[in-house]
Amino acid sequence: MTMKSTQNNLPLQEISHESDLDKNFGKHIAKMAHGEKLFGCIQCGNCSASCPMSVYMDHTPRKIIAMIRAGFRDEVLSSKTIWLCASCYNCTVECPKGIKITEIMYALKRDAILTKNYPKGFPIPILSRTFYNEVKRSGRINETSLLMKYYFSYNIFKSLGYAALAIKLFFTGRLILFEKGIKNKAGLKQMLSSSKN
Amino acid sequence: MKYLYFPGCSLKSSGRSYEESLLSVLKKMNVGVEEIDDWNCCGATNYMAMNERNAIGITARNLALAEKQGKEDIMAPCAACYMGLLKTQKYIETEPKVKETVLTNLKKSGLEFENTSKVRHPLDIFINDISLDTIKDNVYAPLKGVKVACYYGCQLTRPYATFDDQRDPQSMENIVKALGGTPVEWPIKTRCCSGSMTSTVSEIGLRMSYLILKEAKDRGADVMITACPLCQFNLECFQGKMSGKYGENVKMPVMYFTQLMGMAFGLDKKELGLHRMLSPELSLS
Repeated sequence: MTMKSTQNNLPLQEISHESDLDKNFGKHIAKMAHGEKLFGCIQCGNCSASCPMSVYMDHTPRKIIAMIRAGFRDEVLSSKTIWLCASCYNCTVECPKGIKITEIMYALKRDAILTKNYPKGFPIPILSRTFYNEVKRSGRINETSLLMKYYFSYNIFKSLGYAALAIKLFFTGRLILFEKGIKNKAGLKQMLSSSKN
Repeated sequence: MKYLYFPGCSLKSSGRSYEESLLSVLKKMNVGVEEIDDWNCCGATNYMAMNERNAIGITARNLALAEKQGKEDIMAPCAACYMGLLKTQKYIETEPKVKETVLTNLKKSGLEFENTSKVRHPLDIFINDISLDTIKDNVYAPLKGVKVACYYGCQLTRPYATFDDQRDPQSMENIVKALGGTPVEWPIKTRCCSGSMTSTVSEIGLRMSYLILKEAKDRGADVMITACPLCQFNLECFQGKMSGKYGENVKMPVMYFTQLMGMAFGLDKKELGLHRMLSPELSLS
């Protein structure tokens, strides 16, 4: 259980105790990311330094690795960090221990979805889910359909800021309203694994 | 010379001018392409965040369809598709459990898969198969005095590509030189543009793309060229928004490298999809 500190009227701070930690979390994530050697991390911080998103993250990539190993499961899975990873693979290329950090971020995203721990109302997981369902439905992405469905699930009013751009794209032939998708939709559906991961 | 063409979803909609200019430039150099029949979405980054086996599975379907169609190399112009195809091949090679599931699933829809195709980006093909000399031979209007910022973005060179350097690639610079132009030296050519974050967390996404445009402008570039439909969209279509938001005019011509090639080859604007662009026009005088 996480306790909130109210001592000396300091701003509320979340504190986790040893008993709150999930000791198996590190192993679990390493397995999901295919034997990733996250236990070999030397905490050098090359990942955070090379990450263009780290300044916007709630925990930097280096800290996320430390938190996974220590077992801060809920904090890691509900963080915005993992969704702000844009998969640019800078950290993966820069890591001196050869840890595929981008794959760990993907494993965390999948685990957050599976356990419904992702930050609610945060737009990026909503886009991912919409994208996934669109491919399942038609085999291809129609940008118009994807974005309309995304804004319906997230916040329809946010789409208004893009109306002027949409009109320009329409008149330059870049906004395609209808896409038939692939011919063999049945075949694609058949081959999609029912396994969750 | 012939390639099996995997366009990906963007090249059929917002990135149509990439397809138009790529095919026109290839035609000019007598290179044949054949679109992979019934290809599906590569899954990009979003799919991998939801379900790994299916992400590898749907991309493997494309590879299997290509194998069925021919032995030629696959040409994938979109950086995300290119990376996704390479990643899938790597997974199939190194993860036996994933391979087993994927092969079983492909079989269910009547497809065999041996993982034998070679996946190539057009930049790789232009430099290593077609050659800079052939490109030079096709130049009709050299880009004299034109300063070009070559922007690669992230997934084109990282982490699987082997045709160029992962931090300081030179393919586009070499093409620009062959066209008679001058590449601009700048350090952030492989920095991420934020991908789809311009439409999810736009306060972050727009800022990331703005920084790239500003750097190119500060370095004196007349035009920026890209090789990925998502980078292109972010850097081209939000220029007005960014200029207003950050109080600095970052409007400049941003186009696909194939469009710039086509201009130097003297091809028609329409053939290159230049009439679809929303950023300022590059005038060659």
